[in-house]
Amino acid sequence: MKEQKGIFRHIDRTLILLYLALVLIGWVNIYAAVYNDEHASIFDLSQSYGKQMLWIVTSLVLGLMVILTDAKFFNAFAYPIYGGTILLLVVVLFAGKEIAGSKSWFQVGGFALQPAEFAKFATTLALAHYLSALDFDNRKRKSQIIPLFILALPALLILLQNDTGSAIVYASLALVLYRQGMPGSILLLGVAVAILSIMALLFNPYIVIAVIGVLLLGFVFFIRRNMRNILTVAGIFVVASLFVQSVNYAFENVLELHQKTRINVLLGKQIDLKGAGYNVNQSKIAIGSGGFWGKGFLNGTQTKFNFVPEQSTDFIFCTVGEEWGFVGSTIVILLFLALIVRIILMAERQRSDFSRVYGYGVASILFFHFFVNIGMTIGLMPVIGIPLPFFSYGGSSLWAFTILLFIFIKQDSNRLQLV
Amino acid sequence: MASRIYADRKIVIITTFLVIGFIYLIRLFYIQVIDRSYTLSANNNVLRYVTQFPARGLIYDRNGKLLVYNEAVYDLMVIPRQVKDGDTAEICRLLGRTAEGYHERMKKARDYSPMLASAFEKQISKETYGYIEEKLYRFRGFFVQPRTLRKYPMSIGAHLLGYIGEVTPVQVEKSDYYKQGDYIGISGIERAYEKELRGIKGLKIRMVDVFNRDVGSFENGRYDTSAVMGGDLYTGIDADLQQYGEKLMANKRGSIVAIDPATGEILCFLSSPGYDPNLLVGRVRGKNYGILNNDPIKPLLNRAIMGQYPPGSTFKMANDMVGLQMGVITKNTRYSCQGPGSSPIKCTHNHVSPLDVYMAIQQSCNPFHWQVFRAIMSDPNYENTKQRYDVWRKHLMSMGFGRLLNTDLAFELKGNLPPSEVFDKIYGTGSWNSMTIRSLSIGQGEILATPLQLVNYATLVANRGFFYPPHVVRSVGNEKNKTKYSSQKNISSINVEYIDVVRQGMMEVFEGDHGTARAFKLDSITMAGKTGTADNPHGKPHSNFIAFAPVDNPKIAICVIVENAGFGSTYAAPIATLMIEKYITRTVKRKDLEDQMINANLLNN
Repeated sequence: MKEQKGIFRHIDRTLILLYLALVLIGWVNIYAAVYNDEHASIFDLSQSYGKQMLWIVTSLVLGLMVILTDAKFFNAFAYPIYGGTILLLVVVLFAGKEIAGSKSWFQVGGFALQPAEFAKFATTLALAHYLSALDFDNRKRKSQIIPLFILALPALLILLQNDTGSAIVYASLALVLYRQGMPGSILLLGVAVAILSIMALLFNPYIVIAVIGVLLLGFVFFIRRNMRNILTVAGIFVVASLFVQSVNYAFENVLELHQKTRINVLLGKQIDLKGAGYNVNQSKIAIGSGGFWGKGFLNGTQTKFNFVPEQSTDFIFCTVGEEWGFVGSTIVILLFLALIVRIILMAERQRSDFSRVYGYGVASILFFHFFVNIGMTIGLMPVIGIPLPFFSYGGSSLWAFTILLFIFIKQDSNRLQLV
Repeated sequence: MASRIYADRKIVIITTFLVIGFIYLIRLFYIQVIDRSYTLSANNNVLRYVTQFPARGLIYDRNGKLLVYNEAVYDLMVIPRQVKDGDTAEICRLLGRTAEGYHERMKKARDYSPMLASAFEKQISKETYGYIEEKLYRFRGFFVQPRTLRKYPMSIGAHLLGYIGEVTPVQVEKSDYYKQGDYIGISGIERAYEKELRGIKGLKIRMVDVFNRDVGSFENGRYDTSAVMGGDLYTGIDADLQQYGEKLMANKRGSIVAIDPATGEILCFLSSPGYDPNLLVGRVRGKNYGILNNDPIKPLLNRAIMGQYPPGSTFKMANDMVGLQMGVITKNTRYSCQGPGSSPIKCTHNHVSPLDVYMAIQQSCNPFHWQVFRAIMSDPNYENTKQRYDVWRKHLMSMGFGRLLNTDLAFELKGNLPPSEVFDKIYGTGSWNSMTIRSLSIGQGEILATPLQLVNYATLVANRGFFYPPHVVRSVGNEKNKTKYSSQKNISSINVEYIDVVRQGMMEVFEGDHGTARAFKLDSITMAGKTGTADNPHGKPHSNFIAFAPVDNPKIAICVIVENAGFGSTYAAPIATLMIEKYITRTVKRKDLEDQMINANLLNN
């Protein structure tokens, strides 16, 4: 018993409180989003909000179980856990149930489980395990390739399920690599690629290439014009031009129509209030009409009368924005930022590389969800269907995020013990 | 430990996270606090403003009889999306429609909107409604919306009451009250009292969900307003008299207008041929309007205020009164008459000569009135004919000729009493005199008057010098709320003593041994009147008559014009006296005369 007390004494209370706050606020907002006069009780198990309560309770049990598990277990069993999840991701492709176009669910009794959600913490564990291994040396080619492989495997399998959103999440773990010493220029390259892609989609590719040419020509005047520099600049120009062309080609020939439309609507090239733009438009209307103080609990007309689609899952932030206004939205955003920054600060205080890498993984994944999900509801991100952690309705995602977070809490509580 | 080297990268990562969070907060502040268009969009999404249409006010006659009321009808509405295909056959049977008709209507409704209700079958009668009501609940997507239609229980007073119809796009644009599809008074008192009759529209704010389903009232109806029914109109019309007049004028072209001299209230106002006002209501309005509008006898023309007739001999007293007022003749002045051999204007009668004004009115002597006119146009108090004419015209206008009387009836015309400038233009300044415009002395030539102006002139004589603008409606909303007319006393420029001269003359038209209307004298009522036989370019003369009665205490003044019916004493005078008899004694004893008038068909004259 004494030992157990010790376990709980080192638990980071701030993180637990932030977690509980987000989960409860999420629950209340799910209640408001799908509120039904005939089932007015928030505990009504026939409604989403009643079920969410079950998910919350079971999540707390799962969290407790994680806390009670030996901290070394997760490091030691990282690969088996990773391997098991990969197996599930493969099996679901054959035995899974298709819901809303994605074949990513196991039907277990009355509930559906989504292995992709659990793959997030499994992959993070595996990545942390690999990067913290004693023989890891980031100067070796092998040490550079294998982490990418660890990330790419689940991402590809999830892509095969036709769940693009969840697949992209794994890109966020690049931040972990960056923290572990991956050159910043690679991240910068990534950002450059993103910017060039957007430009290529927004404008005529030849104009984009011409602008790049002019900019680089200008740049040449400010550097020493020796053969090597000029060749480098010319090389950059050729690569950038090819890239712009291929983005354009890929957009026209590889993407499916609904994906093209989504991108076009996001970029403002296409206004389609009935199709892909409908969700974003109604979502912005919901949040925008909330005003400073919001319309009040259960008074959101946009969400209550179903103008916003998927309002208890991917678009749950609309309910916050509409009913609690700018004040409520700010509180939720600050809670998320506090949670994520707290995780990073805690990761930095770890003595074990495994714990720190894992902590960064948790922060990256949570931030990516926050960044994309809220960005989507306010029209700054494309409509990528990923949940808002701890907030969105759904058992798999709440369980998975809880386990993801609590493994880190457990590692942190164990940080003072010898590695 | 190698990774410690990169510990400062946490700053880069945290900063990036916070910057993105901050950008989101700015974005939220922008769409939630600064840009208010989202609130509007949210309201547009969810709020539906449903207009509550008020019933128009009712219209009563002077004895409390209902002239116009509202009848409930029902529009069968449909929301195409909710309709089940399997119901088609049964609905067709219920409404007595063919399948083609059904599909045609349904397509129209779907073209308008699959989600919004539109009229499937308009203005179903109460009887049909009762029949389908019990079964309607079985058909999803159909519901019934009550509306009201104007109904005229006695089928009288079409021109007077006017009709209503949908507002035009121009009216919608100009007004902040009317919306497309609203009804508005188009003619008659429906038009004149549109503001009073229409009531106040109510507004209910309903909320709908994303499927356009009604999900209740907005904020428990806090902002809802209910419709307020339009104000009732209490008119001075005597429905029985109106009905009787319309009967008398059957198959004749012309007009009858009668006024209560004491108040200016119109007792009877008709234009013939008329039509049943129920024809211009509801579903059949469009079709019937086309038929009436194309009818060569012009039943839609409101002759009582738009028919501009030469007054003929009924005008003579006006000329006499001006002569007496200007002092160019006295009640004792006599002029000679050579009968049909008179010059420049022949007389149509053979009578004593010379004769005074009383006798001249009684026998409608043309030469006498020409002499009066010549005396006026030679008045030594003025320098020239133009000045004299202007004075003459001013007196006539004070009696209501040549100007609008500003009644409450729309489209009133002002007749014709040209200013002297017109003659200057025609004949050249200074080149015209009494001789040039001599026809005016006997109510012919340029002068034109509407039946309303003529009855108003009879009212002035009956009242010995004043009149209130003739008006149909005496109060609005309740009996005590009088219209403005009761305070608009018009006083003519003629002294009472001179009016009494022509009053006496008009009485002798009935009472005198040679009176032109002596045949229609009544023992029970002393009447005063004047016949007119107005030459016109359209055929036989118009038969005109103006009168008032009883002479001592006038209760009714009347003008009757029967187009192309010949002498004033042939049709107009008997009809006028029948009307007077009917109004004052409530029964008509002269059944033979009545039948003769009712049965006369002069439409082909």
